[in-house]
Amino acid sequence: MPTPAPTFVHPHDLEGRAHAFPHRHLLGIEGLTAPEINLVLDLADTYVAQNRSQERKSRALNGKTVVNLFFENSTRTRTSFELAAKRLGADAINMSVDGSSVKKGETLIDTAMTLNAMHLDVLVVRHQESGAPKLLADKVNCAVINAGDGQHEHPTQALLDALTIRQRKGKLKGLTVAICGDVLHSRVARSNIHLLNIMGATVRVVAPPTLLPAAVDRMGVEVHHTMATGLRDADIVMMLRVQSERMQGQFLPSQREYFRFYGLDRDKLGLAKPDALIMHPGPMNRGVEIDSLVADDIHRSLILQQVELGVAVRMACLDLLTRGRN
Amino acid sequence: MTNRTAYTNARLLDPATGLDALGTLLTEGAKVADFGPGLFADGVPEGIQVVDCAGACLAPGLVDLRAQVGEPGFEHNETIATASRSAAAGGITAVAVLPNTDPVIDDVSGLEFIARRARETKLVKVFAYGALTKETAGKELTEMGLLSEAGAVGFTDGTCAVADALLLRRALSYATVWGKPIMQHPAEPRLSGGVMNAGEIASRLGLSGSPAMAEVIMLERDMRLVEMTGGRYHAAHISTAESVEVIRRAKAKGLRVTCDTAPPYFALTEQDVGEYRTFFKLDPPLRTEMDRRAIVEGLADGTIDAIASDHTPHDQDEKRVPFAQAAFGAVGFETLLPLVLELHHKGALPLLAALDKVTKVPADILGLPALGRLAKGGPADLVVFDLDRPWKVDGDRLASKSKNTCFDKRPVQGMVLRTVVDGRTVHTRASA
Repeated sequence: MPTPAPTFVHPHDLEGRAHAFPHRHLLGIEGLTAPEINLVLDLADTYVAQNRSQERKSRALNGKTVVNLFFENSTRTRTSFELAAKRLGADAINMSVDGSSVKKGETLIDTAMTLNAMHLDVLVVRHQESGAPKLLADKVNCAVINAGDGQHEHPTQALLDALTIRQRKGKLKGLTVAICGDVLHSRVARSNIHLLNIMGATVRVVAPPTLLPAAVDRMGVEVHHTMATGLRDADIVMMLRVQSERMQGQFLPSQREYFRFYGLDRDKLGLAKPDALIMHPGPMNRGVEIDSLVADDIHRSLILQQVELGVAVRMACLDLLTRGRN
Repeated sequence: MTNRTAYTNARLLDPATGLDALGTLLTEGAKVADFGPGLFADGVPEGIQVVDCAGACLAPGLVDLRAQVGEPGFEHNETIATASRSAAAGGITAVAVLPNTDPVIDDVSGLEFIARRARETKLVKVFAYGALTKETAGKELTEMGLLSEAGAVGFTDGTCAVADALLLRRALSYATVWGKPIMQHPAEPRLSGGVMNAGEIASRLGLSGSPAMAEVIMLERDMRLVEMTGGRYHAAHISTAESVEVIRRAKAKGLRVTCDTAPPYFALTEQDVGEYRTFFKLDPPLRTEMDRRAIVEGLADGTIDAIASDHTPHDQDEKRVPFAQAAFGAVGFETLLPLVLELHHKGALPLLAALDKVTKVPADILGLPALGRLAKGGPADLVVFDLDRPWKVDGDRLASKSKNTCFDKRPVQGMVLRTVVDGRTVHTRASA
């Protein structure tokens, strides 16, 4: 059977049409379709405008409860979700692993059942283990948003990256995006690889083989081991943080060697298109994967814009996942 | 007069002799007294109890090369009593248990404890491996002579690989004195740290991978050590195509090497992990479809000698957690025979050849030549099963205390109707 052509739905036409985003949870980008992603981005665009206006608060989530359940340290993502929930009028509560009963030996499922009994609307979860949000989603009645799980996915980061690119380049389709650095340990990279593929961009990964996942070439990417080939004519250079804290054993001989060959500086950036833009999901290791001169270049670096749009994207996700639900 | 029972109208199957004929088997007390197509052709004499098998298969009870039964130390998962009930329900009449208990079975008292608990339970025969190294720490050999005397059927560190080449070399040499096999869990520890098979699926799920090569590299090294020492070596649960090839070459060379696999490795693949399904987290991990096919081929051409249940009970708390934190392993007693029969039903192996892998061959590997075959004067350890009856595995209805099967909801064909150990019926399925 031929699939119907995706039709553009303006976000303002969405009232009462919860099925426009037909997912109960947002656990990953893998499995989403281009129209669904566009739907989130279109709605996020309207929230960007709202956030820049004097009247930043709206009532879409009045009376709803959003819990940020973070088993891993996070400042920007948690703050971003909290702000997003509050700007929509929801009650937002932060739970971090310190001070919760998780440290007392309570299992993840016990935690889920306990929270479930409190009638939440959205549970935003970050966890150090891949698949933990899926485990929770199977047990709770509310919507679950994956705010980063292990080395699996970080869907809202990929969505905000997409929105950032779309706002600056006007499109995603046909762009060449080079994702550089510690792809192996990066959930951001996986979500971006999925999203950019779905949206029709050309995706490259650029890293030494020790920092690439097995069979990464089967995830729809061109594999490059040098910045010289990987950055050539790229529209977007997406740098990843070297996640030393996740590394068991030695993946790299030294930080200075890494910076020499894989750190983004002006010389390497020169290989990309003249108007190529730089992104980084943060937090940055300056002098390891990125040179400060590049990171702070207001003409090329989108890093702060990513943070700004992150709030809007998360508002859109919260909105879509709670629409038509009581 | 001891208790005599005639199993009539049975399809007598004995892989050891190639017997496949409709007939009757007579047990007298704990022994098989007689059997054959012509036995009691004119009717069973009075005074003999009759069990009408109504055309069902009667074969030697299954001999399971490798299982964990939770006791001592992990009684929340399984005890020898619950494991025995589960084994009996699976048509298994003898089980060899791994020493990965708490405390580890690395001394005579540990073996005696297992033997005593099995005696008290008195369902199936329970044999035990001795640990190859103390605490299975891979550093210091156990007292293999004393353990052999106390009944150890072989030596292994069970779920732990013996990585130290010198230690394994010495163990292989020394064990020849006692005629016991060394069973290796072949996985190079530095390479096998992952939680599922390395490859595209693990990468997508963001899970750490154990490459097939971790198994192959250790097997290849071990083959050299076997060649060097003349030792007797058994590779546990081989799971990759290349492993089959390594064993094939070693056998062609004439090395004293045997190996087994377990049903997950010929019936499932890494695809079954799906979205973090922890019941499919096994060690070694489920591999690719190519590997699965090579395992079936290895079973068919005899490279893989035996099939073990790899019964590894874990309760909910150890499995209902994020994938990386979940325990490895699945229960396997009650699905062993149906999955072995699946090989026959799918045409991969003739019926007797399939049964051979769970009866005579494992008995021989364990040095228990009386078990796993039908023989006059031999122990009456039997299984009666309906070869064709279809059913669906239901994890919740397993007799095992833990329900972590990786075959839940799988349609299978072949059902155990009755299990007999030393002439005593230890399991029956009422609706036979």
